[in-house]
Amino acid sequence: MAASYFDVDGTLIRTNLVHPTLYYVLNQNTPLHSLAKLGGALVKAPWLAWAETRDRRIFNELLFTSYGGMSEDRLVGLAVETFERVIKPNIYPGARDLVQTSLDKGHDVVLVSGALDFLMRLLAEHLGATDVIANRLEIKDRFATGKLLRPVVAGPEKSRLIRDHAKGRGHDLDECFAYSDSYSDVPMLSIVGHPAAVNPDRKLSLLANAYHWPIIHVD
Amino acid sequence: MSHPCVVTIDSRSAPRVLFSGDRLVEVDLPTGSRVVYPKPPLKPLKDVDAAIRYAINHPYNSEPLYAKLRPGMKVTIAMDDISLPLPPMKRPDIRERVLTIVLDLLADYGVDDVEIIIATSVHRRMKDWEIRHVVGDKIFNAYWPKKLYNHDAENLANMKYLGTTEEGEEVELNRRAVESDLIIYVNLNLVPMDGGHKSVAVGLCGYRSLRAHHNPRVMRQCHSYMDPKSSALNTSVVRMGRLANKKLNVFTIETTINNRMFDTPLEFLAKNEDDLSRTERNALHALRFTLDKMPQPARQAIFQRVPSPFGVTGVFAGETEAVHEHTLRKSFEQYCVPVVGQSDILITGIPFISPYNVNSFLNPLLVQVMANGYLFNLYRNAPMVKKGGTMIIMHPCTDLFDNEHHSPYIEFVHRVLPETRDAMELHKVWEPKFAKNPAYIEMYRYGHAYHPTHPFFMWYWGEAGRQHLGRVIVVGADNEYIPQLLGWETARTMDEALRMAKQTAPPNPDILALHCPPIFMADMSVEKQRAPISALPESQG
Repeated sequence: MAASYFDVDGTLIRTNLVHPTLYYVLNQNTPLHSLAKLGGALVKAPWLAWAETRDRRIFNELLFTSYGGMSEDRLVGLAVETFERVIKPNIYPGARDLVQTSLDKGHDVVLVSGALDFLMRLLAEHLGATDVIANRLEIKDRFATGKLLRPVVAGPEKSRLIRDHAKGRGHDLDECFAYSDSYSDVPMLSIVGHPAAVNPDRKLSLLANAYHWPIIHVD
Repeated sequence: MSHPCVVTIDSRSAPRVLFSGDRLVEVDLPTGSRVVYPKPPLKPLKDVDAAIRYAINHPYNSEPLYAKLRPGMKVTIAMDDISLPLPPMKRPDIRERVLTIVLDLLADYGVDDVEIIIATSVHRRMKDWEIRHVVGDKIFNAYWPKKLYNHDAENLANMKYLGTTEEGEEVELNRRAVESDLIIYVNLNLVPMDGGHKSVAVGLCGYRSLRAHHNPRVMRQCHSYMDPKSSALNTSVVRMGRLANKKLNVFTIETTINNRMFDTPLEFLAKNEDDLSRTERNALHALRFTLDKMPQPARQAIFQRVPSPFGVTGVFAGETEAVHEHTLRKSFEQYCVPVVGQSDILITGIPFISPYNVNSFLNPLLVQVMANGYLFNLYRNAPMVKKGGTMIIMHPCTDLFDNEHHSPYIEFVHRVLPETRDAMELHKVWEPKFAKNPAYIEMYRYGHAYHPTHPFFMWYWGEAGRQHLGRVIVVGADNEYIPQLLGWETARTMDEALRMAKQTAPPNPDILALHCPPIFMADMSVEKQRAPISALPESQG
């Protein structure tokens, strides 16, 4: 049996990591808490912009510091609401079909995302995906520290995690598929036998054309 | 005496001009070679709309269309896709004219539940502007996209199983069509292998049905695709179509067109080079010079973007088989050129277009299907070349693909063909893998790519030719890798190719060249008596 590995942000949904984070930031216990969190996030904004252009991993780590101090209960409690309000309305029209086609052909469908695991599990359940590889927040004494547990799911690390996942499930990577919208996911696309660009950015589009990778539009 | 369309080269003959992709190349053929030209275009109908009305009111083996209608019934109109005709015809396309009259009739009889399906089978989805070109602005604006759309063979919920033939062929067709009270098929017949039961049983089916006949076993038994009674493919399709017609209410409308592929400024391309006027000769030289200097996309645009002035030569309606008999007769009348005697060496240029690259590039796999499939099969009775003979083709065989339309082709050519060219192995080992490729299926369903199994079908289409031919030599290939992958040899010039071909041909080989396009078919008689080549006055080449 083969597996299909899907990047999520930009590939299956039109939002990115910032949108759910912002929803959490704006929905703190009190408006004052929310304001304080928002202020902190705004201070980080230039660094985030810089990190986005340099290193996805640094971007993820910096962004998720916004979750620092949030209780585990609140994180989980708000997850369904965040999914329903932020993620679900932004699922691309063709995404469900793309995932369903993979399931119909007997593939394991794995979401591989830098987003947080509890949100990705809800998306996986909604789309019928079988597994999730996503970032996990460090929790100490039932509160998020704002740090990510290792390994951080981003860039080249995704390819190692996919390799481990395939090995663990007995999948031949040559028979596996990977889908992404972003040039930063070229490592993940390169390790499978069947890479595909979905709603690709300009750089990935050029690469996909050069290497004759399928280009799919689900937006 | 040979037919006027079969010209024998003598020492005074002008060089022949053959297509090599989207360029024109002059070749000197040896004295005694025969060149087959298309027949002049048949005279088109004077009043096409009247012919359509007459056909649907006086159908063959069926009650008139109006008598089948009742208010509130569910009607599906299916129509041929962009693969017909080649190149696309000038507006109004004959399908627009038929649809206009049929839709008016349906409205007059209170039939409101009407949907129009482009019967693409596993071909690519047509783009909105391509559909607009075919059906016209009025119908497009009224029906697109909810009631005028492309068939989707991978939407399994929208396919319905009808039954299995006595030979085990499963018939599964578009659910909307199957559940309709009446299916009206609007066909445009370009060549004799089009139309008939192929329209509904292939155009509206999916992979489950197609694999019954689009496989190497059936293809090897086709002699030829263009002669339905000798085609195992056609026999299988007829069985499936008959099963479908027993369960469905099908009213077939078929149309034939003449072979006027080139409009006035380029009409000389269909002529015998010896008969060209001075002006036409100058125009030909100018065209060749211009094409040589132009970049490839511009050359493609010249030939593909200019619609052809085809004339409508017949409209026939009624029960599928009765209608198709008349269509075939008209089609053969236009295309069949009597040719006496098979050749040892068959020469042809490969033009810029095939049914599968309208508005895109003729990639190497399609070059293969044009050579071993379509052009080899342009015959009735017997192949134009003897068993084990050589086919010389002219094409650059450029390693270029349209990523949007032919994505699965790329993997087929570059990943699969290096492993094997054996059609049976491809069918058993590789085709099932491609058939389950979700990325390609997605590109077929929501993009404009051919179905992932289509490149395999293209390879099987060449199977009868591959089994029959001893060698294929390509003249003018810009690389050696692609011809090698396809199992072909290469030569730099026609003289070199002929020298190579003669090494495995009998002494004084019989050489036959096809001056195509426009399309024609060789109506072959095997027996032939002619003077040996040595008896001819002078030899060239």
